[in-house]
Amino acid sequence: MAYETRLASLMSYQKGRVDVIDDDPKNYAFSNIFEVASLAKPFEQVAVAKNFEYVLEAVRAEGTSGWRAAAHDQSALVLDGQVEFTFKTLAEGHPLPDGGSGGVPEEAAGTLVGRVVARRGPLTLLPAGRAYRLASPAPAVVLIQTVAGPDTQFRWAEICQTA
Amino acid sequence: MTVTGATPHGEVHEPNEFGYQSFSLGEFHFSRDEYFAYVRWPTGHHVMSADAFLRALQRDVAWEFFYGIVNFDGVVGTVNHYGTVDLFAGRYNDAYRRAELDHVENIETPVIKDTFAAILSDWTNEGFDPFASPEETGSAFGPKNGDNDAAITRHRVTARRMVSLPGDEPLRDDDNGHPVNRMFADVDQDEPEVYAEPGFEAEVGSFNLFAYLSRSPVTWNPSVVSVCRESLYCPTTEEYILPIIHGNDRAEWFVQLSDEITWDVEDRDTGRKRAKVVMKAGDVAAMPSDIRHQGYSPKRSMLLVWENASLKIPQLISSGKFPTQPVEF
Ligand SMILES: [Fe+2]
Repeated sequence: MAYETRLASLMSYQKGRVDVIDDDPKNYAFSNIFEVASLAKPFEQVAVAKNFEYVLEAVRAEGTSGWRAAAHDQSALVLDGQVEFTFKTLAEGHPLPDGGSGGVPEEAAGTLVGRVVARRGPLTLLPAGRAYRLASPAPAVVLIQTVAGPDTQFRWAEICQTA
Repeated sequence: MTVTGATPHGEVHEPNEFGYQSFSLGEFHFSRDEYFAYVRWPTGHHVMSADAFLRALQRDVAWEFFYGIVNFDGVVGTVNHYGTVDLFAGRYNDAYRRAELDHVENIETPVIKDTFAAILSDWTNEGFDPFASPEETGSAFGPKNGDNDAAITRHRVTARRMVSLPGDEPLRDDDNGHPVNRMFADVDQDEPEVYAEPGFEAEVGSFNLFAYLSRSPVTWNPSVVSVCRESLYCPTTEEYILPIIHGNDRAEWFVQLSDEITWDVEDRDTGRKRAKVVMKAGDVAAMPSDIRHQGYSPKRSMLLVWENASLKIPQLISSGKFPTQPVEF
């Protein structure tokens, strides 16, 4: 028998839901990454999951992002489209937030460290202390594993099932 | 085997007429016959299908008692205190609690781990793999017939930084015994393009997570593939039913990467039904820290389980300093 693996995309996703028996659906913070990305501006970092200081951010990658960097490792999972990641050295002493990523001015991004081109499925390391940027000619969707930072957007009431 | 110590110890007893050893852990006693596993304690006794019991026991052993509560079913299970483990019967079952028939023993982790591993080894017959989906393995039933120690002592993937980086957990391929699963034959196997400047090879890394998961030989076995401080990505491939009912001591999050899982959610302490959560590709949901959950996956699916491994969390939540749901709005 041939099986079809159902993946989703910005153009084609279906949402499940919380069917309450005796509960409040808000306890589950139920959302869909593709729906969040379809409503987001390019490169907004919208939290879709939070566990104490840690978050998962849904990002709509479209065009070329600014340079960013974090003091800790992060990961980026491409869920739709194709994304090119470029990594550069970071100017010595450039301040970084305690947690999460911060913007890096062009002049603080130094020499090339490497590049990754990822289509749907790859998990890419965003290494601590390096500048990185994302580029995608068409809308793509990326899930970032990180710590809540200065640019993390929280909009639970807009993205989550409430009833 | 006798393990001595200040806390309850484990003992193994001679094989019965079906060829299976029985085991004691403190005042708990475990035995099996052709079809069933039996658990006795001073105020009660319980029976489970040997098949279901071994699938649950396999997870508890491989995960080193995991986070919080591993319920084998609505009666028997373990609570991880990260150094010691509660072995319980009826502790999280309203009827047993009201009748005061529940029983708990707190056991040093190495003691219960050794005895559980010994039960798993003795009771698992040749041809039965408790980690495999039911369609992909033989029967757990019948009299004692060989063993399957290679399957039950599999290496558990725990990346230090990320799978595929130099010196970290390797990728899976046909040559290292990881063919693509029959239900993921259509998953794209192309790896991303990775260019590292000389000297930066250890930091520039990317791998096809979907292809990696399509080659997982096991089900319901979250394994660490990437680390951000104490935030762990623990993806897993799911088919049929989660063999345990997981009771949370902290919130955990699910990101459904492919296909569909239905979660049955109950109150953690009483088993009262709370919700059904249906998750499709792209859906994200929290499992709050006062529930227990069991998943049903009709086709093999990819699930990203996201954990916060901080040791300070259970205390913060049980003391009421942090709410049971991870976000408030
Ligand atoms: Fe769980």
